[in-house]
Amino acid sequence: MYTQKERAQTRSRQIHGSMVIVKKNILLYYLKPPVLIFGVLFPVFFFLAFKMGRTITAENIVPGMVAMALWFTASAIGPLVTPWERRARTYERLISTPVSLRAILAGDITSGLIFGTFLSVIPILLGLTLTNVSIHNPVLLTVGILLSGLCFASLGVLLAAPPASSPSNIMLLSNLVRLPLLFVSGIFLPIKQMPQWAQWISPISPLSYASAVIKSAFGQSTIFAPWLSVIMLILFSLIFFMASCKFHNRWRVKGL
Amino acid sequence: MVPVIEVHNLSRTYGKIKAVDHISFKIKKGEIFGFLGPNGAGKTTTVRMLTGVIESTEGTATIQNHDIRNESLLSRAHLSIVPEEANVYLDLSVWQNIMLMAELHGIPRNQRIREADRLLKLLNLKEKKKQKARELSKGLRQRLMLCAALVTDPDILFLDEPTSGLDVQSARLIRQIITDLNQNGLTVFLTTHNMEEAGEMCSRIAIINKGRIATVDTPEKLKTTISSRQFVEVRFKDPAPAYNELESLQSVLQMEVDKKTFRFYTKTPGKVTTEVVHLAENKKSEIVHLSTCKPTLEDVYLYFTSEDKK
Repeated sequence: MYTQKERAQTRSRQIHGSMVIVKKNILLYYLKPPVLIFGVLFPVFFFLAFKMGRTITAENIVPGMVAMALWFTASAIGPLVTPWERRARTYERLISTPVSLRAILAGDITSGLIFGTFLSVIPILLGLTLTNVSIHNPVLLTVGILLSGLCFASLGVLLAAPPASSPSNIMLLSNLVRLPLLFVSGIFLPIKQMPQWAQWISPISPLSYASAVIKSAFGQSTIFAPWLSVIMLILFSLIFFMASCKFHNRWRVKGL
Repeated sequence: MVPVIEVHNLSRTYGKIKAVDHISFKIKKGEIFGFLGPNGAGKTTTVRMLTGVIESTEGTATIQNHDIRNESLLSRAHLSIVPEEANVYLDLSVWQNIMLMAELHGIPRNQRIREADRLLKLLNLKEKKKQKARELSKGLRQRLMLCAALVTDPDILFLDEPTSGLDVQSARLIRQIITDLNQNGLTVFLTTHNMEEAGEMCSRIAIINKGRIATVDTPEKLKTTISSRQFVEVRFKDPAPAYNELESLQSVLQMEVDKKTFRFYTKTPGKVTTEVVHLAENKKSEIVHLSTCKPTLEDVYLYFTSEDKK
């Protein structure tokens, strides 16, 4: 069993290990075509799909774009890394290093969080310069972006758990989860204006709370109070992370 | 001497299949321990359990006194792996690949730079330092794997078919480096199908078959355990003595004939030689070839992994 000193050393090694994983992911995966297609181009096309032929105000567009950019970008890294590494057979070597699976997954989540946060700044800057929207609560916006990024990145890592050797299979699965939730989360249309069935599903989507907290930061009223959204995003992040650890561990043998 | 690896009744099942079935062995510091067995015998599963990639379903094992289940991270800090397939990060440079492994093992910056430089020189990769791993040949990638494994300053190095499919120069260089490092105290766990390599490098060898350890000993002792597989090979000028007369020689355990060559399996080759010479003299036959062959490691391997050895 671990002594107290060994435990402390191991903990700091795990944090360091996570950071090394982040560095590796940034170097290797940020510019991979699937990340750019599903993470960067998807939000743009979906924005156009929502916007064309409709009158949506800038107050709705900007927070919606921020939430959608985060949704796609933060959750794009996770589904790519593990299957890619399984196929390249680097995964086995990675999990034989003195870095725990939990620390590796935390590193993957952090990579998604950084990617999502960085890219969500683009619609904010565009919105602030091209439209008349303004940020009412910068602290809430920062907290909202960080928590949403954490939550979506955790979801992305969870979706990578099934033992598929091809990244495209996992990408397909992740889109099967991400796309339906996009339509019921009140991104461009307020939840109250959506059909009844969509209003029922809306609370089980983490994107609904991300959208709510970001809209609140831009001074809009939403169906979910900001404090509730913050709590729900923390809860979703924890659930996704714990589920990721459990399922990645369970399926690690099958995925080798 | 305290063993660096101690395995006791280690098992792993996949559903109803027992991939590894209650294996036990000890490896002392500074040994090159060969782990031989046919495909599907349980070699890779054993290595994966010892390196923390998969969990055992039964039994215990320690690496440098750290239990591989309860103190997995501590035990993994003492080892490095060079797998058969050079699974380097293809889009990272040679240098980045080495640094990544060193950083994951928490090697301090100055030490990892110094060690990486030394190893790149040792493995003739210095001028490839900035090249992407994708641009390297199989042999160079394998050298890079070895470099990335050694930069972590491991106590135990797991090598899975390290020279499989490599050109002669690369294979020889890798073998030479492993031998040199072993002389400086590195313990090596070597999985290979190359009997010559195992015989030349290993201080002890375990043969695993159907998930169970069939035997563990030094290569020399293993050969003596199957002394009945020693043989005397004789070729006569026509006419040869009668088949039944040759077969009934006192010290012969078994006789095989291939065209005009007779192979007499025996535990006492000297006696058989004398008996054959006497018989040839009595029967006025002329011996044109006579040689004595001891069992090779390959014979030992085949004996312990064959279906009908009992």
